[in-house]
Amino acid sequence: MITMEEEEIYKENILDHYRNPHNTGELQDYSIRHRELNPLCGDQIELFVKVEGCRCSDVKFCGKGCAISQAATSMLTDKIKNKNIDELKKITQEEVVNMLGIPVGIVRLKCALLPLKTLQKGIIKWEKGELCQTN
Amino acid sequence: MLIKQTLDTKKIREDFPIFKQLTHNKPLIYLDNGATSQKPVQVIDAMNRFYNEYNSNVHRGVYKISELATHAYEEAHRKTADFIKAEFEEVIFTKGTTESLNLLAYTLGRTLKQGDEIVLSQMEHHSNLVPWQQLAKQKGLALKFIRITKDYKLDMAHAREIITPKTKIVSIVHVSNVLGTINPVKELAALAHKNGALFVIDGAQSIQHLPINVKELDCDFFAFSGHKMLGPTGIGVLYGKRHLLEHMEPFLYGGDMISEVQFEHSTWNELPWKFEAGTPNITEAIGLAAAIDYLKEINMEHIKEYEEELTTYALETLSNIKGVRVYGPTEAGDRGSVIAFNVEGIHPHDVSTILDREGIAVRGGHHCAMPLMNLLGVTGTVRASFSFYNTTEEIDKLAQAIKKAQEVFK
Repeated sequence: MITMEEEEIYKENILDHYRNPHNTGELQDYSIRHRELNPLCGDQIELFVKVEGCRCSDVKFCGKGCAISQAATSMLTDKIKNKNIDELKKITQEEVVNMLGIPVGIVRLKCALLPLKTLQKGIIKWEKGELCQTN
Repeated sequence: MLIKQTLDTKKIREDFPIFKQLTHNKPLIYLDNGATSQKPVQVIDAMNRFYNEYNSNVHRGVYKISELATHAYEEAHRKTADFIKAEFEEVIFTKGTTESLNLLAYTLGRTLKQGDEIVLSQMEHHSNLVPWQQLAKQKGLALKFIRITKDYKLDMAHAREIITPKTKIVSIVHVSNVLGTINPVKELAALAHKNGALFVIDGAQSIQHLPINVKELDCDFFAFSGHKMLGPTGIGVLYGKRHLLEHMEPFLYGGDMISEVQFEHSTWNELPWKFEAGTPNITEAIGLAAAIDYLKEINMEHIKEYEEELTTYALETLSNIKGVRVYGPTEAGDRGSVIAFNVEGIHPHDVSTILDREGIAVRGGHHCAMPLMNLLGVTGTVRASFSFYNTTEEIDKLAQAIKKAQEVFK
């Protein structure tokens, strides 16, 4: 039996997302633009979200860093498209870890959760009316 | 390449209980000695003995076990002073290098005035940068940084340019925790003194690898941590020349650091106690003393020699792997046993995670030296740092695991 301990971290789909991340680039017509850093790995994620109605109609990101943070961002941006903003606020850390499907230890958890932190902090800023473009 | 094997590592490793267990079902290959060292059973036992047999406060009780505790605590000062060739009064216990350096920034800082200059280098650990940087901001001082040359050494011509009579303090890392560079501290001390400045050495990465003689180095202050030299966490040392310490104001106020207290004013205890307010880390001091006994038994000269051989072997092994870039001086004689490297196309933390699965503990990241990382043009590196209990076989396994990481990310 393979325990969580021995399970592979760098699974093929993680490496695929890392090598060819989805939704990269900048949105010109964004509602939310937010950047977060993870000093542990020096990971950086800048997220651009376009909100139409109450829905995330488009999302893109610019980022650099380790395979886990970049793959997690690629997967999360896929997941949130066309979702309601209220739903995005409720995404839990467990959901992101499950989405990744790999054993993430307590240290690398910061990498895995960086895109979620970026998204949710960006939404809070947007709700307060900071730094957003009118659309 | 064969190395001379000046030390009996097999026998030495038996003293370290941590090597008896497995990590990820593999023997632990601990190559993160720059972060902290492992502890021999002699250190763990000495601390347990204190808790089991004579736990009590120091400098207080007149009963038997308190006398034993006081004796052991003072003996730890004596052994530490002897280890670095200092006098008993010149050794202050702190909680680590960081606190030692903060103590200096705080106490020496009081005497500085606007326009005074402090000289550091571009390869300082955050602990020898941030305290001075914040002091400079508070008091309007100028901070200057000695540049690094292309071969990862301090640019001494630049040092001679920026260390001037305006300089009040020069504080330099002895051995870089990233590049491994051993800095010419004796030369820097002379340069600082010629200009009337005080000279501070951050010895966090040298104390466990090189024989240290503070008198010979002619530094005014020397800071280091116990946990990087086989001792426990929570204990560190600040050495200072006696006449300087005598004229410095205390850092922390409270019990044990006073001579006489009245409601309106107080006078200070004699050295070194003037700088040790409150109940000290007695257990940890006893652990540090046991660590020093252990290091002396093995002999610091032999440790230096063995680690130099090990570093030469590791430099050669790593540079033979295609796609691996090593940072730092190329000759082992110019550097401590710290090797920072990157594997092309793989983030240092991804390399570290794959190595971990092979039982190999290395550090990945910015190593508390963010400005240096910016200078090197990287966000981080992998760092393997060796101690005298590491072996060439472990370095071979490191090389195999790096190749495995390259396979995964191919």
